[in-house]
Amino acid sequence: MSAAVDPARPPRRGRAREVWSQLLRRPRAVFGLTIIAIMVFAAVFAPLIMPQDPFAQNFDGLDLMGAPLPPGGDYLLGSDLLGRDLFSRLILGTRTSLIIGVLANGIAVLLGAGVGITAGYFGGWTAAILMRFTDLMMAFPALLLAIVLAAIFQPSLLIVALVIAMVNWVQMSRVIYTETRSLAEREFIQVQRAIGSGTFRILLRHLLPHLLSSIIVFGTLGISTTVLLEATLSYLGVGVQPPIPSWGNIIYENQTYFSTAPWLVFFPGLLIVLLALAFNLVGDALRDILDPTLKGRH
Amino acid sequence: MTAGRDTGQGGRRPVLEIRDLGVQVATEEGAKTVLDGLSFDLAPGETLALAGESGSGKSMTALAIMGLLPKPMARISGGSIRLDGQELTGLDETAYRRIRAARVAMIFQEPMTSLNPLMTVERQLCEVLLEHGVCARGAAPARALALLRDVRLTEPERRLRQYPHELSGGMRQRVMIAMALACDPEILIADEPTTALDVTVQAEILDLIRALQDEHGTAVLMITHDMGVVAEMADRVIVLREGREVEAAPVRDLFAAPRTDYARTLLDAVPRLGSAPARPAAADAAAARMVEVEDLCVRFGISGGLLNRTVAHVHAVEGVSFHLRQGETLALVGESGCGKSTIGKALLGLVPWEGTIRVAGRPLRGLSRKAMRPVLRDIQMVFQDPGASLDARMSVGEQVVEPMRVHGLATGSELSDRAEWLFRRVGLSPDMLQRYPHEFSGGQRQRVCIARALSLSPKVIVADESVSALDVSVQAQVLDLLQELQEEDGLSYLFISHDMAVIEQVADRVMVMRLGQVVEEGTRDQVLRDPRHAYTRRLLAAVPVPDPTRGRAPLPPAEDLAEASPIFPVGCAPERLSLTDLAQGHRVAMPSI
Repeated sequence: MSAAVDPARPPRRGRAREVWSQLLRRPRAVFGLTIIAIMVFAAVFAPLIMPQDPFAQNFDGLDLMGAPLPPGGDYLLGSDLLGRDLFSRLILGTRTSLIIGVLANGIAVLLGAGVGITAGYFGGWTAAILMRFTDLMMAFPALLLAIVLAAIFQPSLLIVALVIAMVNWVQMSRVIYTETRSLAEREFIQVQRAIGSGTFRILLRHLLPHLLSSIIVFGTLGISTTVLLEATLSYLGVGVQPPIPSWGNIIYENQTYFSTAPWLVFFPGLLIVLLALAFNLVGDALRDILDPTLKGRH
Repeated sequence: MTAGRDTGQGGRRPVLEIRDLGVQVATEEGAKTVLDGLSFDLAPGETLALAGESGSGKSMTALAIMGLLPKPMARISGGSIRLDGQELTGLDETAYRRIRAARVAMIFQEPMTSLNPLMTVERQLCEVLLEHGVCARGAAPARALALLRDVRLTEPERRLRQYPHELSGGMRQRVMIAMALACDPEILIADEPTTALDVTVQAEILDLIRALQDEHGTAVLMITHDMGVVAEMADRVIVLREGREVEAAPVRDLFAAPRTDYARTLLDAVPRLGSAPARPAAADAAAARMVEVEDLCVRFGISGGLLNRTVAHVHAVEGVSFHLRQGETLALVGESGCGKSTIGKALLGLVPWEGTIRVAGRPLRGLSRKAMRPVLRDIQMVFQDPGASLDARMSVGEQVVEPMRVHGLATGSELSDRAEWLFRRVGLSPDMLQRYPHEFSGGQRQRVCIARALSLSPKVIVADESVSALDVSVQAQVLDLLQELQEEDGLSYLFISHDMAVIEQVADRVMVMRLGQVVEEGTRDQVLRDPRHAYTRRLLAAVPVPDPTRGRAPLPPAEDLAEASPIFPVGCAPERLSLTDLAQGHRVAMPSI
């Protein structure tokens, strides 16, 4: 049962390595990691992989009626309304979507969890102010807020990510707030106060590990909404500027042709689902590995 | 084994016959047998107690009889349950519904969770009556009222219109009993019916169950871990351990001469009020005062109204003064809500308070949390529920040394040496340091908590109901450990408990609290052997006697103790009690509240 390590505290690096090796022992986590790895690879080496120029509007990319071509032939996944190669555009779009999905969602998770934990642990006036602010953000139409913010700042990938994060952190902070409130009342947190632990120590070392499963679940769920929100913003002209592709704006550009050219919506949609699924699988596995009460199962 | 059993009922036809009952629960490691080959008969009007410690399978028996085993994890693996000749195992849900409540009724440990919080008492009672067609719709309310009268609920008309949260714990359990008896069942199964209640309320409920049983001739299957309750209620006892019957005997025989070792150890571990040995020479009066408390008040605001302002205060602790000397154990006794735990928390600065507290001579008034730190090295706390007070995500080894890390007392290998030393000290093997709390039993967890409290080498330990959640045999071991530590290190304990029998074993001095104030204090023998306050007497009278030959007299109604609440509107405060000195240190509030 017990390994021969320092009984008080296993060394940090050993712990990280152990988590990693446990992760590799779970097939579902490996599947998720593989998808993420492929996407990262595609994003980094996009120019080398793309079979065609994603911006070129090819005359032979449309049929005689001017309609886009279905998958097959020169155009692996078909072509879009302007005769551009869908496969190449999706590969280049991986850059935008991955950055938005990870960056925007990451900021939203950090902000939401931070606000939630702070409000939940301190309660009183701190909670009143922070949570009323959260309510305000919730009541404010997210899209309108995003448009206003995006209009003020010069559109760029970073700004888009920030804007999306500003809209998305709210749900996370609500969930974490409620959970922290009930956790903070629990006896083991009281014990820490009785011992004399500082506030930061209690928050990071004792509360955070118990919130991890909610953070992971909501964090991974947030990835797909984030990618889609970016698409909405692009559609309204305040997101990523065309002709730069992202999975989201490919869906939006082509949604009116869903009945005649379904592949234009299906493939980017599939990629968004895969991305969310991949993070979800890895997140679930991480949650189980980090929970000692589940040790020995699976 | 079964053949030779004397039922003590003169061959009356049993209403319930159980033969070779087995229950299995699915676990990760495959099916686990939690109940194996249990057989017994239950005669009308008889009370049979199933006694045992946690994990003995006693609750599984009750659930199996009621057809309420949690599906699909648990199932009956063999044997038969016959109610008046009718086989119950393998009955489908529809058929079972006609049995439950109508013929076999059950009351549970926690009445709050068993009642529907959104329905009035009247609606819940009527629902049971109508469901089983006991009476016509028009007659139901009148019948419900009669039932509440039956269970001796005060102001039954008003109670009918109330919701469960408006009732006290004892009243809720009375409502549960009324519901259980609504259809006049042949068998009443009571699963730890008084464990969650205060001792005086427990005595009242037990008296009630006995009275109702005499009136209705119901057979009672009493499931309990408390040998005092067994002695008081049962005609016969079956002692269970790990799903197997250890001993079955008429109650007097079992208590007089247990045949098996396990039953004997179980009985020996039960603390008996009035039998505790004299305490070793109590700490001499010259010993240093480790804790001094003067005029301590703790109030919690209740906000309400349109502007959400504080409209009333709960006067949890009101003008309490005491001191605790080195090497001494002071016990705080009282029923739930009397403020005893709040005092413990105030000493560690966990709740805001007013008055004067000095720990090891250091005044605590106005100290910030940071400034409190050195004080916390002198005073530590062990909480009630060891499961809840350990962090499930951290190995116990880390948790035990966490205080030393917080206070910067040791680093690196010193920490692990110290962890090993602490573990040996509380009787645990250092091999277990790597494990997580869920891998320990309740008693071991409490040892871990004690080790953690000891890691700062404190001079005072506040033990807040520290043994209440443990099985009796484990309870005795933990009490011994606390005693040992006191003798070796001269620790002082503030021992907070509701259990008079436990207090008698550990306390040098006793303080009895009611509604945030001290009503009686003195040495252990002064307070427990010669109680002067009506409330103290009532508390002592309510303790179940683990001796079936010396039945406890029914609890007298609490006429001289006014119903009271510690909640007062802003600007008002409870009347302060003044204590009269009777004899060396024996002080009593006069007149009785």
